Amino acid sequence: MNARALGGTIVMAVALVACGEKPQTIDASSARKSDEPAWAVSNTAEPAFAAPGWKTTGDKAAWEQQIRQRGQAQNDYVR
Amino acid sequence: MARMKFICDAERCIECNGCVTACKAENNVPWGVNRRRVVTLNDGVVGEKSISVACMHCSDAPCMAVCPVNCFYRTDEGVVLHDKDVCIGCGYCSYACPFGAPQFPSNGEFGLRGKMDKCTFCAGGPEANGSEAENAKYGRNRLAEGKLPACAEMCSTKALLGGDGDVVAEIFRTRVLNRGKGSEVWGWGTAYGKPTQTSALTAPVKK
Repeated sequence: MNARALGGTIVMAVALVACGEKPQTIDASSARKSDEPAWAVSNTAEPAFAAPGWKTTGDKAAWEQQIRQRGQAQNDYVR
Repeated sequence: MARMKFICDAERCIECNGCVTACKAENNVPWGVNRRRVVTLNDGVVGEKSISVACMHCSDAPCMAVCPVNCFYRTDEGVVLHDKDVCIGCGYCSYACPFGAPQFPSNGEFGLRGKMDKCTFCAGGPEANGSEAENAKYGRNRLAEGKLPACAEMCSTKALLGGDGDVVAEIFRTRVLNRGKGSEVWGWGTAYGKPTQTSALTAPVKK
């Protein structure tokens, strides 16, 4: 192969690089993170801002009861 | 299982924008983004009606359906949230949402569209509950603190109700039965679907 043919091959190879395509599938690095439930105990939570008289214990039923009880504060007919 | 819902009572809303202010303050929402806003029909005319609108946390959310990077998810309580680290700011969700809930902050001199921001039902995001990262990206996680969304709890006339769907529906039902009108909840059918059974609300109230 002479130098001219080799040069032509290199130029064509460089020119065709732009025709390549990067993978666009969602891999583990770009996938959505999983969320922890609202009633889960978190080490980073700030207990100072928790509702008065209520503490996160990781108990789902207790949390639901707290949310229902809190919701009744919006009810004018039970005040 | 608690299933979180908002209801806005058009008979009570006085367009004070307290819910908007509470939301912006509680979640450090930037300028140009309103997770919640008050819409008034026939403004200035006798009989005008206002409702407070934000993400309705749809049972079959169109934003979730059209997202090309699958950044949305629904919690066990029915709250529709998204991961800002995955969002590419394409705006498809904004076109799909019938309530105009998805918002996009403008950044820089040329108004580049940032990552989508919307009401989180004060439930934060996929970061650790109550963490600084969660607060910075999504705002306060009041649900994890045993509280309800700031907008609903701050509403002075209690027009905006938020919380367990069964609880807020019962509160609203009691009101309607007592005052005898106003059972039409705007946006309910679009967001939550038609009722599967006939309730006392659909029947005319006898006085």
